[in-house]
Amino acid sequence: MLKQILVYALILALSLIGYFVITEPIILGPTASMVIIILIALVLLYILVRTIMGSFVGRRTVFTFVAIAVILPFFMTVDQPIKVSPEVQQLYDAVMALRPGSKVLVSFDYDPPSAPELQPMAESFFALCIERDLKIIIMGLWPQGPQQADLAMQTILREEAFAGKSWKYGTDYVNLGFQSGNEFVIQRMGGEIGSMFHNDFYGTPYDSLPLVRNIKNFSNIDFSFNLSAGYPGSVEWVQVAVDRYGLKMGAGNTAVQAPQMYPYLRAGQLTGLLGGLNGAAEFEKVTGRKAKGTRFMVSQSFSHVVVIAFIIIGNAAFFLGEKRRKKPEGETS
Amino acid sequence: MEQQIGLWVGAFLTMGIISFLYKDNPWYKLTEAIFVGISAGYWFVALFWDNIVGKFWIGVFDRGDYYLLVGAVLGLLMLMRLAPKIGWISRWPLSFVVGAISGFYLLNYFSSNVMLQVQSTIMPLFSPQFNDPLFTSSAGNIISNLFIAGGTFTGLVYFFFSKEHKGAFGGAAKIGIWVIMITFGASFGYTVMSRMSLLIGRMYFIFGEWLNLIG
Amino acid sequence: MRREIPLLITGIVGVVFVIQYFIPHYPFNQLNNWFSDWFSIIAACAIWLGALNLLKVSANKIYRKREDWGFSIVIIVCFLIITIIGFAEGEGFRNIGTKFDWLYQYVYTPLSSTMFALLAFFVASASYRAFRARNFDATLLLVAAFLVMIGRVPVGDAIAMKLHLPLSIYPSEISSWIMNVFNTAGQRAIMIGIALGIVSTSLRVILGIERAHLGGD
Repeated sequence: MLKQILVYALILALSLIGYFVITEPIILGPTASMVIIILIALVLLYILVRTIMGSFVGRRTVFTFVAIAVILPFFMTVDQPIKVSPEVQQLYDAVMALRPGSKVLVSFDYDPPSAPELQPMAESFFALCIERDLKIIIMGLWPQGPQQADLAMQTILREEAFAGKSWKYGTDYVNLGFQSGNEFVIQRMGGEIGSMFHNDFYGTPYDSLPLVRNIKNFSNIDFSFNLSAGYPGSVEWVQVAVDRYGLKMGAGNTAVQAPQMYPYLRAGQLTGLLGGLNGAAEFEKVTGRKAKGTRFMVSQSFSHVVVIAFIIIGNAAFFLGEKRRKKPEGETS
Repeated sequence: MEQQIGLWVGAFLTMGIISFLYKDNPWYKLTEAIFVGISAGYWFVALFWDNIVGKFWIGVFDRGDYYLLVGAVLGLLMLMRLAPKIGWISRWPLSFVVGAISGFYLLNYFSSNVMLQVQSTIMPLFSPQFNDPLFTSSAGNIISNLFIAGGTFTGLVYFFFSKEHKGAFGGAAKIGIWVIMITFGASFGYTVMSRMSLLIGRMYFIFGEWLNLIG
Repeated sequence: MRREIPLLITGIVGVVFVIQYFIPHYPFNQLNNWFSDWFSIIAACAIWLGALNLLKVSANKIYRKREDWGFSIVIIVCFLIITIIGFAEGEGFRNIGTKFDWLYQYVYTPLSSTMFALLAFFVASASYRAFRARNFDATLLLVAAFLVMIGRVPVGDAIAMKLHLPLSIYPSEISSWIMNVFNTAGQRAIMIGIALGIVSTSLRVILGIERAHLGGD
């Protein structure tokens, strides 16, 4: 119990120091960054040797390395080349091909846990739509979705680049809110969107919103973008809106879900796909608006390298340990 | 001020969950209990306003959609599950849900996940039109298509358990499992990516939004 | 009565949805609309059932003073706080600036996000301790994971650039090829397999052959 209290006190002390004592942001220059990287590599090498000798490090050591790999890059100045993959380019091209004034339906089918991956995509997509003067219709099959949409729209409208744009609610974008019923909602929207959304997120009647007043169903939508973290999400949108009603759709998925979407992409059921934070960073690169996706890629790179290093260490120990075990057998035979 | 308090509360809760990495402790248990209570309450409130009020109440009393009363009755029957003696009646709404999902999935899955997938797996090598180029696509694309067709076929062979995996059939199944293994490997890589992204998001909250240490 | 009526309901509802796929006109579109609205209301009640059940279990734990019963009080209190605030704020409960929104942003979001983020540590730890190239199949899995992990982040290409590797074997190119070809083939096989399973199970449910959802007695 005493140990626990000491740990709590230490965390509190560190937090207070971080909050009140260190008032300036920490920025590590390229040399300091390089030194830190070399130090981490040396410690990993030490762990490799230790593991080969038969002594596995505890899980808390692995946890510490993961934390370091994620946190340190926030303070580093490292430039990385981001390459745009064909599926991201395809989505970008599809949006760019839309004429100004086209209506884009964006469905937010995720909740806060997936926001680190999907929120940067949402923001970049909104930014591109506003830049291209595309009209945005927001909705959600997850109750938290429209709230996430609101946060993304606020972030974009606060940006300097869009300060001069008179982007008005009701005529340039609307948030229809959440509707329960999963894929049944999509099916009903295929017949009549208004039948599923009598009021918008703020309680305004559907028919009072100039942007959607004349939108009957998917045939009046020029493009759709679905941000999804699971069920209901992109799979259901493809099955119902795309395959049954012919809606043209691109998707932004969490990295866990993205591999399952590739068959749809290859079959032409999806027009472009952003997979995980990497997809968000690539989309930022192609749209030319560097934001959180790009910034987080340094941490993402470091954490991947650490996981790979631990896999290699584990396997090196496995094979060398195996050899050591086999040797005495060979000698006796 | 509200925002500042919010950031402190958010940081306290975030670190409480992370403290589980050290070991199961009262701070973690407290945050876990708050999470359970708040998230159950969130759904309770959201569905009350969106469904019970937004769909049912306004539908019946403002628009006169009396057919919604049947849905409400079925919903109430669902709640009967809490009363052990008459709990069996909750099977009625449950069977409605099962029937609706079955009817809906039957053709949607068959069309999107079977027919269209098979169609896009079997791609022609040669152009059918007289004046078109001989091949339908570039060499790289054709090779990729052949790999996809072979991989999908052998993968399906692996999942076919009504025949013993022996001889040529067994060979195909063996290739199938290799394809599935590569698929699982790719999925694992993406899962790592996803989990790390979420952690990055949380750490950014602590060091960037709360402590303001990131430039 | 206890089995026949549920079977009848399942059959009728299922058949209506199937017919509606082919004939999306009156009366089937009308029935489809009704059924999907009922479905939404039942779904809401099902989630209510879950929440009420949670309260019941927690109250029971407090009453019997089981281990960690104090945390059950926290569950009930938190549930009541957000519920009362949500009900009191009316239909605009989610609007920015409301107390409910504050709870969403500073309590619900950090908790739910961190809960999932925690998995990052365990994935790394499990990779170190259990991810082994024990045989050919496992090696394929490991190599694919390795290539995708390194290829989907910029550091892979940065290393390849330093080593002056040809562009066609850059990690991003290889991982893209794995995702678009092998992953597509494997996912498609799994997808078709699952879909055929869903189709046959749905048919059995609608025809009343599959009755597992009706439980015992």
